[in-house]
Amino acid sequence: MKSDKSKLTFWLLLSPLVIWLATLIVLPHVGMFLVSLREKVGIREYETSFANYAVFFNEPLYWNTFARTAYMSIAATLLTLFIGFPIAYYIAKLTRGRTKTTLFLMCLIPFWVSELVRTFGWMILLRETGVVSQLLQYAGLVDGPIEMLYNDAAIMTGLVYTSMLFMVVPLVTTLDSLDDSLIEAGYDLGGTSFSILREIVIPHAMPGIVSGCIVVFMLSLGNYLTPILLGGKDSLWFTGLIYSQFITRFNWELGSAFGFLLLGLSSLIVFLGLKLSGQSLSKTMAR
Amino acid sequence: MPSTPDLECRAISKSFKDFKAVRDISFSVPQGTFFSILGPSGCGKTTLLRMIAGFQEPSSGDLLIKGKSMLNVAPNKRPVSMVFQHLALFPMMSIGANVGFGLRQRGVNKSDIKKQVEQVLERVGLGGTSDRAVSSLSGGQKQRVAIARCMVLEPDVLLLDEPLGALDLKLREHMKIELKQLQSEFNTTFVYITHDQSEALVMSDQIAVMNHGVFEQVGTAKELYYEPQTAFVAGFVGEANRFHATVNTVKDGVLNLKTPEGKSLSSLDLGQGLANGNKVDVFVRPEAVRLSRIAKDVAKMGNTGTGIVENVLFNGANSQLILRDATNAASMNVALPQTGEFRDLAVGDTVHFGWAPEQTRCFAHQGN
Repeated sequence: MKSDKSKLTFWLLLSPLVIWLATLIVLPHVGMFLVSLREKVGIREYETSFANYAVFFNEPLYWNTFARTAYMSIAATLLTLFIGFPIAYYIAKLTRGRTKTTLFLMCLIPFWVSELVRTFGWMILLRETGVVSQLLQYAGLVDGPIEMLYNDAAIMTGLVYTSMLFMVVPLVTTLDSLDDSLIEAGYDLGGTSFSILREIVIPHAMPGIVSGCIVVFMLSLGNYLTPILLGGKDSLWFTGLIYSQFITRFNWELGSAFGFLLLGLSSLIVFLGLKLSGQSLSKTMAR
Repeated sequence: MPSTPDLECRAISKSFKDFKAVRDISFSVPQGTFFSILGPSGCGKTTLLRMIAGFQEPSSGDLLIKGKSMLNVAPNKRPVSMVFQHLALFPMMSIGANVGFGLRQRGVNKSDIKKQVEQVLERVGLGGTSDRAVSSLSGGQKQRVAIARCMVLEPDVLLLDEPLGALDLKLREHMKIELKQLQSEFNTTFVYITHDQSEALVMSDQIAVMNHGVFEQVGTAKELYYEPQTAFVAGFVGEANRFHATVNTVKDGVLNLKTPEGKSLSSLDLGQGLANGNKVDVFVRPEAVRLSRIAKDVAKMGNTGTGIVENVLFNGANSQLILRDATNAASMNVALPQTGEFRDLAVGDTVHFGWAPEQTRCFAHQGN
């Protein structure tokens, strides 16, 4: 009797998650996968084949964009890590009480406005008639107006800025749990700042580093607004391709195939990342 | 000619904003000594230890190790190692990597590190465990790894910050003996801080009792126990009954004291310049009091009384009686001898007690 009741409670508690997963994640993906396998042979005539996937591999533009999206995302992830780590270390280890809360909150503040507005903010800063350009001219460092938008550096800036919080939060959490006396013991035993960072701090923070990297990488890879707005029309981002297949060209079949390739790519890179760092997904996400 | 002490502090002080944690402490520890700093929490002992380790800079004074000043020497350059309160073993490394950490920092080559790590683990009785994870060890074994990790570097001074605090009672008793053995085996100077007097008394060659940032007394365990020099030491080291009294007469090195309730006590005059009318605190150890059922047995002891048993706190060899003095209603703890004589003593019984003036300490009353 009691076990029946607890079983019922368990399923009731689980049901929102199951419904959410089934209707919003699994079903659409199954549908999309089926669509991606359809090849249009005539008006309203379809055959099951891998032709859509073949298109991707036969057209250099597609897989070049694909590769570019991958390495740009990896670069953005690493850059975020290098910038985020010192920030997280400072917040977690060198500040106390109110300062800590304030700094943490300051990382959160950009997220109070929408991503679109934030990206437009960067455009105001970086465009030819923008703040930075004006400032450089005023300071006499450059002769004419300079355009800082619509290049890879601008995309990178936007990506790093957008995902900083998702790197800093898991890092602060893991670094917080590092006992200060471990660092002191390291110094006491003759360690230098560098060797302590390498042998004690980073191994301890590894789950945080990996989970931060996974989240940032996924966000960058799937980002649409930032690369389009800051990169301009010449910047190619794989989500942009998917968008144009679906919306501009009404080619849902190819768009679906692209979507699945992107899913495969992100899974593969996360898998490789986990293998390289010797972490497991359950270990990093459980922290 | 005495050799230079391993550790010497000269008028060392540390203040935080408006609080003086350590005030002008001077002491020296000769080579191979087990030196304990005993004090209640908040007395400044941890601050003192952290200054020796180099994690905190003294506000004034000098600190010398083997005759060399350690001011402005970073903690990773000092010839001292520290065993932390919670040991601070690196959980991300194996036992061998933990012990070898310091050697790796010194750039010792790999095969030598391996040899030395194995040797030191052998010495602490953990040979062949170097590939195992730290988490696979018991509390006592972790303790030994923490000591091995420091000793492999052959430090001049080993600092220990209450390392036994986290262990359970049985293991703590065992580790006390083991620590002392390790110390004499390595023949290294140990500086041990603790708030547990029994740890300090059992293990140390020299003990400094610390309170409010100063050393109240430095001496051997016996000296502190039998000849406390201050009221704080008398009350803190070992147990003691404490009475308030006023000096009545001073005669032939014996002080005659009167408690507010009118009981008369006598104590040896330790030359503290106490005079008639001075308020004093009187200390008597529970184990210094003799019990008897016959008044005559204790009549000549100098300080006598009759008490009613208020409670029997039976704790094997450490059993105590709480007596209520029949004349002045003062409560008193008396150790219960386990010779069988008082086995049937029960609440409400009347016993006679007495102790010698030599067993009594009295100090000028301070404030509270």
